[in-house]
Amino acid sequence: MPILRTLLASALLLALGGAVLTVATDGFHAFTSETARRLAVRRDPPPVPAVLLETQSGARLDLAELRGRWVLVDFIYTRCLTWCLALGGEFAQLQDQLAAPLADGRLVLLSISFDPVHDTPAELAAYRQRFRGRDGGWIVARPTSEDGLRQLLRSFGVTVVPDGMGGYVHNAAIQVVDPQGRLVLILDAGNPRAVAQTMRGKLP
Amino acid sequence: MRIAGRQRLAPAFAAVLFAALLLPPARAWLEGRMSLQMLVQIPLLIAVGWLLSAALPPRLGEGIARWNQHGISSVVLASLAGMFWMLPRSLDAAIGEPWMAVAKFASVPLLTGLPLGLGWPHMGFVVRGVFLLELIATFFRLGWLYLVSPVRLCNSYLLDDQQRSGEAMLVIGSLILAGVMIKLLWGRFDST
Repeated sequence: MPILRTLLASALLLALGGAVLTVATDGFHAFTSETARRLAVRRDPPPVPAVLLETQSGARLDLAELRGRWVLVDFIYTRCLTWCLALGGEFAQLQDQLAAPLADGRLVLLSISFDPVHDTPAELAAYRQRFRGRDGGWIVARPTSEDGLRQLLRSFGVTVVPDGMGGYVHNAAIQVVDPQGRLVLILDAGNPRAVAQTMRGKLP
Repeated sequence: MRIAGRQRLAPAFAAVLFAALLLPPARAWLEGRMSLQMLVQIPLLIAVGWLLSAALPPRLGEGIARWNQHGISSVVLASLAGMFWMLPRSLDAAIGEPWMAVAKFASVPLLTGLPLGLGWPHMGFVVRGVFLLELIATFFRLGWLYLVSPVRLCNSYLLDDQQRSGEAMLVIGSLILAGVMIKLLWGRFDST
């Protein structure tokens, strides 16, 4: 009975293919890599690499030195006219809304530039200035090496694509790093109130 | 004679096409845009597998055909593999992760093109109709989604590229639909 054999083969293929698709979409939850990245860090928080940064004041800062504090990380480039403007404004608002934990050092805001060639410390300082950002707990920094930049983008799951007009497009979000130095949560950009609320729930 | 000649040439043509697609400049160009990866590179990889089906030893082909009446198993396998490579995160991963690139170049020809090439001659009117209509519907559904989505579905591609892909999918879906209509109105059917 070739038709029965065919049905059996099709049923097996369907079961196998269904299983593969279930795994490939995290149980039909994540169809895009952005959703997948957020699910993955919740499930199994990856450690943040110890990358050497240079801050807006020209000081050296190893990411590992921030252990023991909560860190909100965003990725920017200072020439950006779209997402990073929103992110910059959002960090400035968070400086107000989370003033207490920022002041006593339980929390720090960190903007990392993925355009280190252009974004010198002077540019980084000007970027923060543009949003009337203060010195209180907001560090703007660039990686000191190409390799460090690659490690950062890879471990945070950030993809940067040239937009064809001299700028970049990237999956903008606010990444939450816990005091053990693990990336534990990725939050949508554009809603500082929700971010502040989430952080107040986590801070000691 | 002509069919025999085609069968001899098909595997050579498949090998040349596959090698051309593997060339780093070709990959860089075709994977640089969502529309090119999804609507040119992957369809060409399907064509590679389809051409390979002509090169299969006749005895193996007959053996598979016994489990593949009316090409039904072919449609099931090709649809499932096709669905996997339609996921935005698969397209992203095929660029970012080397092992996913290997998986794409192996699985698209072998699990989509080859089964379709093997099954197509055995498919009757109904199976072909179901397959083609589902294909058209998929192009329209995904094309519409890609066109109207305000967020980027692939982290590796730009939003306007995604919208161009959506438009192209609507056009391709319409062309297949027009082809089916022409066949229905003026075509000849050998089998039922």
